[in-house]
Amino acid sequence: MDSLAGGAKTASRHDVWVVVEQHDGVAAEVSLELLGRARELAHRLGVGVGAVLAGAGEAAKALAPALVARGADTVYLADHEALADYLALPYARLVAGLIRAHTPQIVLYGATTTGRDLAPRVASALRTGLTADCTDLRIGDHSMKDMEYTDLLYQVRPAFGGNIIATIISPEHRPQMATVREGVMVMPAADPERSGEVVTVDFAPDPADLAVRLVRRVQEEKRVDLKGARVVVSGGVGVGSREGFALVEELARTLGGVVGASRAAVDAGWVAHDHQVGQTGTTVRPKLYIACGISGSVQHRAGMDQSARILAINSDPGAPIFSVAHYGIVGDLHKVIPLLIRAYRTKGAAGDGAAAPGGAS
Amino acid sequence: MPQLRIVVLVKQVPDTANVTGEAMKEDGTINRAALPTVFNPEDLNALEEALKLKDRLGARVTVATMGPPAAAQVLRESLYRGADEVVLLTDKAFAGADTLATSYALSLAVRKLGGADLVLCGRQAIDGDTAQVGPQTAEKLGYPQITCVSRIDEVRPPVVAAVSGGRRAGGHVTATRSIEGGFETLTSPLPCLLTVTGEANEPRPPSVKLVMTYKNAAAEALPDYDDSYLDPESDEAEVCMLDRHGRPVCRAKVLQWDHVALEADRESLGLRGSPTRVKEIESVVLAQSEARMVEPSEAGVNELVHELIEEHILG
Repeated sequence: MDSLAGGAKTASRHDVWVVVEQHDGVAAEVSLELLGRARELAHRLGVGVGAVLAGAGEAAKALAPALVARGADTVYLADHEALADYLALPYARLVAGLIRAHTPQIVLYGATTTGRDLAPRVASALRTGLTADCTDLRIGDHSMKDMEYTDLLYQVRPAFGGNIIATIISPEHRPQMATVREGVMVMPAADPERSGEVVTVDFAPDPADLAVRLVRRVQEEKRVDLKGARVVVSGGVGVGSREGFALVEELARTLGGVVGASRAAVDAGWVAHDHQVGQTGTTVRPKLYIACGISGSVQHRAGMDQSARILAINSDPGAPIFSVAHYGIVGDLHKVIPLLIRAYRTKGAAGDGAAAPGGAS
Repeated sequence: MPQLRIVVLVKQVPDTANVTGEAMKEDGTINRAALPTVFNPEDLNALEEALKLKDRLGARVTVATMGPPAAAQVLRESLYRGADEVVLLTDKAFAGADTLATSYALSLAVRKLGGADLVLCGRQAIDGDTAQVGPQTAEKLGYPQITCVSRIDEVRPPVVAAVSGGRRAGGHVTATRSIEGGFETLTSPLPCLLTVTGEANEPRPPSVKLVMTYKNAAAEALPDYDDSYLDPESDEAEVCMLDRHGRPVCRAKVLQWDHVALEADRESLGLRGSPTRVKEIESVVLAQSEARMVEPSEAGVNELVHELIEEHILG
């Protein structure tokens, strides 16, 4: 058995950590969301929250107070040229070294392309458990082979194409590590009054870590803000064609919403991948989600079933989407969507004179 | 003489993407055993990248999988597409492995093969969707990694020294990976492990010629060809395929290794070597519909929109 929480105890308590992802001094939203959940877990365990912040220069450094405001008690700040851009080898060496030195009991990463590149490398180096793409984290107990384990991290995630929900534990290895899907934890409010400590970390990369070079990074302007949308209007295979999809777009425009899509619609080439909602796309929780011609696979439902209200329009009354919907319309979306557009324009005009009904067409 | 040595790591998985009615139990949950098995889709993309490099630069492509004897099917499918050598890691000691224990066994297999210039695998498997085995295998091998690769831009094979035991040096790979809202291009020295996404390519179908060659020739040259994967007495077989005139047309090396062959530490294999445990599994059950049904008429839709505005759901 690997030792619980390791041998050398440089800290008296085993904290809950978040490995923060930042680009150009802007933290990934999921990192801030995780600080909120880390706060709750740490409170339950009676320990503190640590945040690992790495980068080069002032921009990264300037993030530390924001991390404290969102819930970190200690920010481990590593400032080194080799950490300017995310690269697996120097980052894995840094994070694994910090974990060995400070023995946190839980380490969380965003389930982004960066987090899912870094966390497995660290888990392998530390020979500890890692659960991918979690959608919930809780503290609980477990008994196994006459052993009682208390205060374990329950790592909850969909598996098997979303057909099952598994709760994973790592009873005998520390730290317990998980990557967590973006958008499933609630973003904590920033509290500028919170106080925390910034610990500057010495970092010396191994020359071999610098063998991989970033040639270029192209970040396209983010045009689709599904996560922040109040209204999402999504189309699926039932839309039938690229032309049919224009109707979905018109409804989204009319309602001031954002266009979403099922994987089938994306695969059909009717709409770009950055509109995809679901397990392999974006997780959304708008005030209103309108599913047009989407049958509602588990993979799709996993990305939208937390929406405040869901309206499903489908010609098949047996479509699984109706089981998560609050409102259902069984009918031809090519007839129903124009009815919705007209209804909104007239009601909207009656209720609010400032909304120009012609402006959206 | 092929210069590049490529090992492709693949997995046979249940086809979770196409859950049919037959796999649904009466309580609305999935009967996992009833799902057909498939070649994990992104592993096929990884194999395709290897075969493209073989076509372009010349390479020896070895495909390895860990699984029960039936997993040999994905190895056969790899041979049909053009792999040169296949390895089945099969042993009860491997059972119950999580990603850490899996990556340990796979890394030993790559080592036993003498290492590789490139190790390729799919980004993730559709049963677990963890995307962890690639990076963990890279770490265990001490190789750099480039994950989520949507394009291999360039490969320069290493130079093989005539002296110092044929030491390989100087090669590199440049690859582009998809990241949130964009992409990045990285250059790594060889050896390197890449995980490949479905964006990378359209995998070639099995070659009719290779299927026919293997099938017909197998029947003539080696009647129990298929079972050669499973022979507990042999851990290696050179399968020589003959055409109808008895001339050799292609060779495939079939290897079968257990934990002894890998010289593995048993404590690091299978369930024993896995830090994680599944505490609980819940099937996702479709809840009874509670949706309020709205008539697809002007009156019905008007009333709904009115209500949504009243409740400030719509602005």
